[in-house]
Amino acid sequence: MTAPGLGVSKRLVATTPAGMGSPSGRQGRAELPQLPSAPSTESRLDLLRWPLLRAVLRSRWPQLLVRVAALAGFLVAVLAGLLGTPVGNHNFGIVLVWIAWWTIMMLVALPFFGRGWCSICPIPVPGEWLQHGALLNPRRDGMGFRRAWPARLKNIWLQNGAFSGVAVCSAVVLTQPRITAVVLLAFLFVAIGTSLIYERRAFCRYLCPVGGFIGLYSQLAPVAIRVKNKATCAAHTDKSCYRGSADGAGCPWLLYPGALTKNTYCGMCMECVRTCPYDNIAVTLRPFGADLRSPAGRRLDEAFKGFIMLGAAMVYSAVMLGPWGDLKMAAYDIGSARWFAYALGVLVFINGVLPGLFLGAVSAGRALVASTQPVKRSFVSFAYALVPLGLMAWIAFSLSFVFASISYLWPTMSDPFGLGWDLFGTAHASWQPYLTRSVPTMQAIVLVGGFAWSAVTAHRIAAEEHEQRMALRQAAPVIAYCFLITVCLMGLLIA
Amino acid sequence: MKRSRVITTALVFALGAGVVAFAPLPGASVKPANRRFRVEASSFKYAPATIKANVGDHVTIDLVSTDVVHGLYVDGYDVSVTADPGRTASLSFVANRAGMFRLRCSVTCGAMHPFMLGKLHVGRNDLLWRALALALLAGLVGVSLAPMRGVRT
Ligand code: SF4
Ligand SMILES: [Cu+2]
Repeated sequence: MTAPGLGVSKRLVATTPAGMGSPSGRQGRAELPQLPSAPSTESRLDLLRWPLLRAVLRSRWPQLLVRVAALAGFLVAVLAGLLGTPVGNHNFGIVLVWIAWWTIMMLVALPFFGRGWCSICPIPVPGEWLQHGALLNPRRDGMGFRRAWPARLKNIWLQNGAFSGVAVCSAVVLTQPRITAVVLLAFLFVAIGTSLIYERRAFCRYLCPVGGFIGLYSQLAPVAIRVKNKATCAAHTDKSCYRGSADGAGCPWLLYPGALTKNTYCGMCMECVRTCPYDNIAVTLRPFGADLRSPAGRRLDEAFKGFIMLGAAMVYSAVMLGPWGDLKMAAYDIGSARWFAYALGVLVFINGVLPGLFLGAVSAGRALVASTQPVKRSFVSFAYALVPLGLMAWIAFSLSFVFASISYLWPTMSDPFGLGWDLFGTAHASWQPYLTRSVPTMQAIVLVGGFAWSAVTAHRIAAEEHEQRMALRQAAPVIAYCFLITVCLMGLLIA
Repeated sequence: MKRSRVITTALVFALGAGVVAFAPLPGASVKPANRRFRVEASSFKYAPATIKANVGDHVTIDLVSTDVVHGLYVDGYDVSVTADPGRTASLSFVANRAGMFRLRCSVTCGAMHPFMLGKLHVGRNDLLWRALALALLAGLVGVSLAPMRGVRT
C-alpha cells in the first residue's frame, strides 16, 4: 500500500518506534501528526547524521557565503574578460573559468559530488534572490510571474541544443576573453529573466547547457539526496518539500523528493532538508554509478545528451589536443565556409553518426536474443551505458589540457586585470606544463576504467530483461561499440 | 557464482592485468642514429605536425617560424626552444624514452596558442597497446564478476 493519505499513517503509527518519523523537534511544531517512520532496515550512510555537516547544510548562511563568493568570482571573471588583455591565455577571466573552474569541475566536483556545483553556482543567484524577495529566507511574495514552464519544453532538448551550439563555437569561446565575458553575462541575464517569468529554477533545469551535462554525469556520483522513508512522504499530505513552507522554498528544481530515483535534476540545494518537518531527508553516501541501476525515468533526450557529451569529448580531443592545424583554424574561424563545414560535421557526428552506429549495435543485440522490447526502449536504456565512458573521456581529455595549462593561472592571478599588479608575487611566472611524463598513463588508466565500467553497465541494463548469459549476449554489440569509442579516444589522447 | 570461484577468477585476472601492464616487451633492436628534423611553425600549427624517432636516437629539431615568434616544448623531455620569425633555432636531446610526446608552442602567439600542438613518436607506443589490452581484460573481468543486481539508488 503506497496510497497517500493519513489513513495509512494512522494504521502505522502504532508500530512507530519512539522518536522516529516524528516531527523534527523544532519548537512550535507540536501540532504535526505522527507519520510512518523510517524502517530499521535503513543501511545507507546518511551524512546528515554527522552534526557538524548537518548544521552546515541546514543553515542558509554557509551556502549564502559561498554563493556570494562565487558570484564575486564570476563578476571578476566577467570584468577581467571585458577589461583585461585580449590574449586568452593571459586573461584572468579565461584562465579562471576555462582552466581553474574547469579543472575543479571535471576532476573533483562532478565525479565526486555530482550536481554539488549547482548548489553554489552563482549564475541563478541574482534571479533567485529576486524570486524569493530575500537573500536568505525565501518569502512567498517575491518578484516575478511564477509561470509554469511550458509543458512541451519539459525535457532537456533545449539544453542539448544549447550545448551543441556552444560546442561548435568553443574554439572562440575558450580563447577570446571578450566572448567568454559576453557568454557569462548572457547566462546571468537569461537566468534572471527566466526567474522573473517562470517559477523556481527553470533556467537550471531546462536551459543551462552546463547543467545538462552535470546532471547526466551526476548519476555516477557517490552522494545523493533521498528520502529516508517513502511511506512518510506518501502520508504527509502537505508535501512541504515540494510546495514550500514557512521554513523554506518548495523544491527549486521542481522535484518531489519522495519520488527521487536519480540525481539528474536534483540541484543539491538542501531546501528539502530545511523544509521537511519530519526530518525525512538524507544525504546518502552510496556506490559510484548507483543511479544507472534504476530503470526508472530513462528518456530519449537524456540518451542524446549522452551521445552529445561523448561526441564532444572526442571532437575536443581532436581539435584541441590533436596535431591538425587546419582543423583548429576551421573551428576558430566562426562564420567562414570552413567553419560551417566543421560545425556541420561536428553536429552530424554527435547527433547522427554516434547514435546511428549505436542503434546498429543495439539492434544487433536485440536480434541475438530475439528481444520483445520496443526498439526505442532498448536504444534509450542502453544509451545509459555510455554515461561512465563519457565522464571518463572528459576526465582524460581534461587531464592533458589542465596540467599543460594550469601554470597560466599563476601570473593572471597576480595581475587579474592587466594593470601591472603583482598580488601574489607570481605576475612574471612563466608557463610550465606539469606531469607531462605521467599524464598519458593517467589518461590510459581513466579510459580503461571508463570502458570496463560502461561494459558492466551495459551488461546490467541487459540483465533487467534477461538472465545473465542471455543478457551478456544482448549487451555484447553495445560493449563492442564502447570498445570502439575507447579505441578512438585512446587514438586521440595517447597515440 | 560461488565465492571461492569469484576469488580465484579475480586473482587470475589480476595476475593477467599485472602481466599486461608491466611485463617487459622485447625492444626493437634498431641502432641509435642522429636524426635531424626541420619543423616549420606558423599560427597555429607545426609542419610536419608529427615526427618520429627510435629509442636512443640523437634528435635535433630545427625550428623555423614563418610568421610570429613561436616556441616548441617537448612533453616528457622538458626541453624547449624559441624561434624568431625567419631565424632557425635548434634543439637537441637524446630520445631515451619511448612513447608519444606532445610538442607544444611555448610562446604566446595568438588566440589559439594553447592548442598549437604537434607530436613526437619515439619507438613503439607500448602504453597504447597495453592500455587497449588492459581495457579488454578489465571489460571481461567486469562482465564476469560484477554483481548484476542489488544496489538501491
Ligand atoms: S520529504 Fe516532503 S513529502 Fe516527504 S515527509 Fe518530508 S516534506 Fe513530507
Ligand atoms: Cu605558436
